[in-house]
Amino acid sequence: MTYIRKPKIQHPRLSRNALGLTRRDYEGAVSTLCAGCGHDSISAAIIEACYEMSLPAHRIAKLSGIGCSSKTPTYFLSRSHGFNSVHGRMPAVLTGAYMANRDLVYIGVSGDGDSASIGLGQFAHAMRRGVNMTYIVENNGVYGLTKGQFSATADYGAKNKRGVQNFDEAIDLATLAIQMGATFVARSFSGDKAQLVPLIQAAIHHRGAAFIDVVSPCVTFNNHRESTKGFDYVRAHNAAVNRPDLIPVREEVRVSYPEGATETVELHDGSLLQLTKCAADYNPRDRTRAINAIQERQRLNQVVTGLLYIDPDAPDLHDEMGTVSCPLNQLSDAELIPGRAQLEVINQAHR
Amino acid sequence: MHGRLERTNDFVVKFANVNGSGSASANQLFAKAILRMGVPVSPRNIFPSNIQGLPTWYEVRVSEAGYLGARSGVDLMVAMNPETWSQDMASVEPGGYVLYDSTRARTHGLPTGCQALGVPLTALCSEAYSDARQRQLFKNTMYVGVLAQLLGIEFAVLETLVRDQFKRKAPLINANLDALSRGWAYAEAHLEGGIGLQIQRRDACGDRIFIDGNTAAALGAIYGGATFSAWYPITPSSSLAEAYMHYAERLRVDPDGQRKYVVVQAEDELAAIGMVVGAAWNGARAFTATSGPGISLMQEFLGLAYFAEIPAVIFDVQRGGPSTGMPTRTQQSDVLACAHAGHGDTRHPLLLPSDPRECFDFSALAFDLADRLQTPVFVLSDLDIGMNERLCDPLDWDDARTLDRGKVLDFDALDSGAAFGRYLDVDGDGIPYRTLPGTHPERGAFFTRGTTKDAYARYSEAGDDYVANMERLLRKYERALRWLPEPVLHECGASDAVIFFGSTAPAMHEALDMFADAGAALDALRVRSVPFHPKVGAFCESHRLVFVVEQNRDGQLRSLLIEQFDLDPKRLVSLCHYDGTPITARFIVNAISHQMDERKVVPLRKQVEP
Repeated sequence: MTYIRKPKIQHPRLSRNALGLTRRDYEGAVSTLCAGCGHDSISAAIIEACYEMSLPAHRIAKLSGIGCSSKTPTYFLSRSHGFNSVHGRMPAVLTGAYMANRDLVYIGVSGDGDSASIGLGQFAHAMRRGVNMTYIVENNGVYGLTKGQFSATADYGAKNKRGVQNFDEAIDLATLAIQMGATFVARSFSGDKAQLVPLIQAAIHHRGAAFIDVVSPCVTFNNHRESTKGFDYVRAHNAAVNRPDLIPVREEVRVSYPEGATETVELHDGSLLQLTKCAADYNPRDRTRAINAIQERQRLNQVVTGLLYIDPDAPDLHDEMGTVSCPLNQLSDAELIPGRAQLEVINQAHR
Repeated sequence: MHGRLERTNDFVVKFANVNGSGSASANQLFAKAILRMGVPVSPRNIFPSNIQGLPTWYEVRVSEAGYLGARSGVDLMVAMNPETWSQDMASVEPGGYVLYDSTRARTHGLPTGCQALGVPLTALCSEAYSDARQRQLFKNTMYVGVLAQLLGIEFAVLETLVRDQFKRKAPLINANLDALSRGWAYAEAHLEGGIGLQIQRRDACGDRIFIDGNTAAALGAIYGGATFSAWYPITPSSSLAEAYMHYAERLRVDPDGQRKYVVVQAEDELAAIGMVVGAAWNGARAFTATSGPGISLMQEFLGLAYFAEIPAVIFDVQRGGPSTGMPTRTQQSDVLACAHAGHGDTRHPLLLPSDPRECFDFSALAFDLADRLQTPVFVLSDLDIGMNERLCDPLDWDDARTLDRGKVLDFDALDSGAAFGRYLDVDGDGIPYRTLPGTHPERGAFFTRGTTKDAYARYSEAGDDYVANMERLLRKYERALRWLPEPVLHECGASDAVIFFGSTAPAMHEALDMFADAGAALDALRVRSVPFHPKVGAFCESHRLVFVVEQNRDGQLRSLLIEQFDLDPKRLVSLCHYDGTPITARFIVNAISHQMDERKVVPLRKQVEP
C-alpha cells in the first residue's frame, strides 16, 4: 500500500471546475492497494472524469462487489455514498438502487473475478436490462486478495507467476456485454489515461448500460514476463480502434479533424463524443460487425481498445417500464397509499 | 351398515379432477355460492407440481360453526378422475356420497355404505355442445348445477355469481347458465330422494371477505408504500408478486400512464434480494416474495443486509423443502432458516400471519418495521394461507396513518450541522441514523459495508469496534418488541397449554373447542412474531406442560422459544405435523390426547421399578 498522508489543506491556486471544486474534492481515502496497482490509475481517471465534468459528487452513487477492484470506491469520491456489497452481486444492488432513484449517476466498480467468475450471471443480466449505469471492470486476470489464482478472464495458455498454465478459455466481457445488449461498450488500459478519462465521461453521459473493460495490471501477481495482462504486454499489443474525446453540451466544437478520420456520436443529453479513427474499417454502431472485428483482432493477440460499440438512442429501463419521473424514493404517502375507500371496493369484490 | 349421512351446513365436499381440465373456476363457483348462502366455507387446493394431466383436488369444508381448518374425511366426493378413484373412495366417510360420471360403466367399485350419484356428464355435454373444449369445460359447470340442486343452493345465487364473473365476457354468461341448468334439471329428474347433505341459508359470514393470503399480502405492500419489488417465480409465492403487479397497475398509475412502482423479474433469487437491498439502501420501500429454496439462495445478502442495516421486506410463503421437495405442499419449515438467515451472528424479526387479514396487516407493518429498525423483516406465511381463499375480516386502513420511514436525516438536518455517524447509537436504542445518496453536497455521505467499520462507517478491523457494533445490533433487535404484534392469548385457567402460530390457527381453534366440550380445556397462545414478547415466556413458565404445535419436523418454533427464554426443554412438548397436508383439528386432538395419556402412565411405571 501507499503511505502518503493526504494533507487537508489545499493549495489556494488549485484549479477549480464549474462547481468551484478542486480535484481534491473528488478524491477519497488513501488507497491500501499495492504501490503501482493499475486500479489506482483507474480511480484517478474516475476522479479526473468527474472533476472535469463538474459533477456534484453527492449525486453519484458508487457500488462494488468484492475484491481488490471493489475496494477502490473508498479511494475516490468521498462525498458520494458507496456500497461495498456481495461478491459478484454488485449489478443487482446497483439495479435496485437505480430503480429507487433514477436521477443519480451510478458507477459500478468490479473486477474480473467479481464479474466474469462468480458474478457472470448478474453481469450478463444487468447488461440485458438497460440499467443506466457506468460499469467498470478492473481486469487483471487474477484474484489479488486471495493471492494470485487465475480468474475467468485469464487468457488460454497464460502462465501465472509460479509457471502454472491456464487451460480454460478466457471470457471476453466486452464481447459478452455487446451480445447481452449493453448500449455502450468500451475497452481501455489503466495506463492510458488520455483514452480512459473521456471513455468514462462518455459512459456517464450515455443513458443505458455502459460497460468499460479496463485492463489493469496486477503488479504483485500478474505483471511477469509470461503474463498477458501485464504492463509491457498490454502496451505492446494495444490496438486502439479509435481515440475518444468528449465535448460537453455547453462547449463548442473547437478541434477540427481531417475529413473522414473522425466520427461524431451525439449522446442523448446533447453532448458529443468525437472519435478519432485508428482503424478505418471499424464501425462502433454496428453490433454484429463490431463483435466480428473484436474477435478477429483478438485472434491476432491484439488487445482491442477504444469505444467498441454504441447505440446512443436506446431507451433505458425506466423508459421501458414507464416509471414516473419523480424518483420512487421521493413519492409522498398520498401518492403511495390508495386509501380506505379503495380498500372497501376491493373488499366488496371479495364477498 | 351405516345410514346415509344427514348433515346441514357442516360437511366436506371434495372434487377429484385432472390438472388442466378447467375445473378450478367451476369449483370456486361452488364454494362462493355457499358463502353467498351465508354459510362459511374453507376451500383448499391440493395440487401437484404439474400443469396438465396429474390429479388435483379441491376440498371444500362447509362449516356453519365457522371452523375453517382442514378436516379429514370426505362426505361428498365428486369423483371426476378415474385414475384416483380407489384412493378417493377410501377417504369417503361411511354413509357418504359419491357423484360420478355415469356415461360409461364403472370399472371400480364403490365403498360399502356409500350412496352413488351417477350423472352421465360426458353424454350430456356431447349432446349439448359440439366444441371439444366446451364439452370438457362445461362438464365442470354442469356438476356444479347438479350439486346445487342436490344441496339446496339457490339457483339465483349461482346466476348472480356467473353474471359477476363474466361481466366483461357476456357470451359466456348464457353458456355457463345453460350448463348449470342442464345439471340442475338432470338432478331434479333423475336423482330422486336427493341427499342428506343440505345447505340452508344463514347469515354466518357477516361482512367477512373471501381472499387468499398472497393477494392480501400484496395489497399490504401497496398500502405499506412499497414501490419496488424484485422476484423470481417460485411456488407458492409467485401469486404474491403477480397480485402486487395487478393491483399496482390499478392503484399506482397516474392518469397519464406513469407508474409509481417498478417490478423486476430477476434472473434468480440472489439477484432479486440484491435488487431489493439496493433499492432499500437508496430509500425506496422494497420487497421480494419467495419460498424456502429462495431463502437458501438469499442467505449471503440477508446477512449483509443485517450487518449493513438495510431495511428490506421478505415474504416467505413456505412449502416443503428442499428445492426438489414438495413445492405444492404446505409447511412451516423455514422458521429457523429465516430467524438466523446469513452467516455470522444474525437475528431477524419474523411476522407470522394466520389468515389473509393478518397477511395484509403484517405486510404493511413490515415496511414500517424495516424502516424503523433498518433491518430485513420477514413475513412468513405458507401455501395453505397464501394460495387458498379464506374467509377473514375485511381489510382495513386508517386514512390518518402515515408511513414511518424511521431515522433518516434529510438535507435540513444535515445542513444544520447535526453530527452524523452512520452506526452511532445517538438515542441509546441501538438504532442509528441513516442518510440517502444524493441528499447533501458535503455532509452525510458514507461507505456501506459489512462489519469492518467503526461507528462513523470508517474502515476498521478492530475487535472493539466489531464487538460494540454487535452489541448495538442486539439492542436494536430487542427494540423490535415495542412494535411487533403481541401474542393472542386464550386463557381459561388450565394447567396445561398449547402454543401455535400461522396457518395452524383455524385447526387449533376447532381443537380447543373439542377439548373444552370434552371437559379438558387447554390454555392457548398464538405467537405472532419473533422475537417473542415477554408474555410468551411468562406463559411458558406458568403452565405445567406446554405443547408446541407446528407444521415442520424438528419443532423449529420450539427451538426459538428455548433459545430466547432459556427454558427447560422438557416443559415444551413438540407436536409436529409435516406430511405436506394442512394440519387438522383431529390430528391436534389425537396428538395431545396421546401425549397426555402417555405422561400419566410414565410416573406409574417409574414407581414399580427399583
